[in-house]
Amino acid sequence: MKSVKVLGTGCANCRTTVTLVEAVAREKGAPIELEKVEDLPAIMGYGVLSTPGVVIDGVVVHAGGVPARSKVESWF
Amino acid sequence: MPAPSSAVTTFPALARWLLALPVAGGVWLLAYSHLGEFADALTGALQLSRATHLGEAVHFFLFDTAKVLLLLTGIVFVMGIVQTFFAPQRTRALLAGRRVGVGNVLAASLGIVTPFCSCSAVPLFIGFLSAGVPLGVTFSFLISAPMVNEVALVLLFGMFGWKVAALYLAMGLLVAIVAGCVIGALKMERHLEDWVQKLQSGQALAHADEAIGWVERFAAGWAHVKDIVGKVWPYILLGIGLGAAIHGYVPEDFMASFMGRDVWWAVPAAVVLGVPMYTNAAGIIPIVEALIGKGAALGTVLAFMMAVIALSAPEMIILRKALKPTLIATFAAVVASGILLVGYVFNWLL
Repeated sequence: MKSVKVLGTGCANCRTTVTLVEAVAREKGAPIELEKVEDLPAIMGYGVLSTPGVVIDGVVVHAGGVPARSKVESWF
Repeated sequence: MPAPSSAVTTFPALARWLLALPVAGGVWLLAYSHLGEFADALTGALQLSRATHLGEAVHFFLFDTAKVLLLLTGIVFVMGIVQTFFAPQRTRALLAGRRVGVGNVLAASLGIVTPFCSCSAVPLFIGFLSAGVPLGVTFSFLISAPMVNEVALVLLFGMFGWKVAALYLAMGLLVAIVAGCVIGALKMERHLEDWVQKLQSGQALAHADEAIGWVERFAAGWAHVKDIVGKVWPYILLGIGLGAAIHGYVPEDFMASFMGRDVWWAVPAAVVLGVPMYTNAAGIIPIVEALIGKGAALGTVLAFMMAVIALSAPEMIILRKALKPTLIATFAAVVASGILLVGYVFNWLL
């Protein structure tokens, strides 16, 4: 099961990303453990420069803006 | 079968873009050069004569709305593409270790072309610092990025002409550069939150720059258009509607009495009024329209606009996670003073 973290301080883009990731994962039937990281020191620990960011199994796969659907689909 | 990597640009997709763009460009130019006829035709179709107040107001509304929407679409598309060349990682690399002065000018300028979302303010801020970008230079970027953006410039250009847009650009850059220099000179690094100070210098970036082809760049431009125009069109309609009403109905000197250039307290009042307000660049346009439309001094109005955008309560609250209160207060005070000064100077110069 993939561990997916969405990094963001809580603005609209971050929430949209969470919804998008959940929806795509459900469509593909991929089991994921989704976590929203809002704590700034934790976010900075991943070294991202812009939020929203997406981390899958410890690797940053996206940072900055809501990811394109095709990109999210390629993760699962 | 795994999907092709994003770096591979498939020919058919690129060909589609390269064919579509000149056609779209042609249509755009055609539309732009025939705005007058469009407005005339539609006003006529509504059975209104331009000789009446209502007819004139409607004509103004149609003409300006079409013009601004066209401009916005075109320029935001181009900026969306330009922004793909200036990912924050690249801006950060360009600014690392720069001398104060040159660095501030560069940072303020890069703030215009680097994509910026206000919730990214803190990650960006800290990311820059940890890469060796001086505090003052980082602040120049932080001030210019939300304030001097293409949406504000396009709307000002479309609704008030190139001089107003150029003025806003100059004022914005000036405030960003000078405020950044001043904050840097105050050597307030101790006033960063402790956890920020402890962050390793030269922290490596989490993932390498993704190779990005032209199909992705065009797609990003188009996504930017949908995003911005989608968010901003109500404010445009409101702003122009207001302008149309004023154009047709409000007497000339209504605003001049209290926002005119002869009133010395106009600029400070505008800045003080602007600080607690919060909206993005587009939201303030209807108010700017109302003020300029009937006699308010340009420097005062632009100072107001800058105060509203550059100093916003939500951004301060987010910044509080990385900056101690003294530094935030200093930041607000320096930027507010900068805006005040620039407002006065431009009123005096014009």
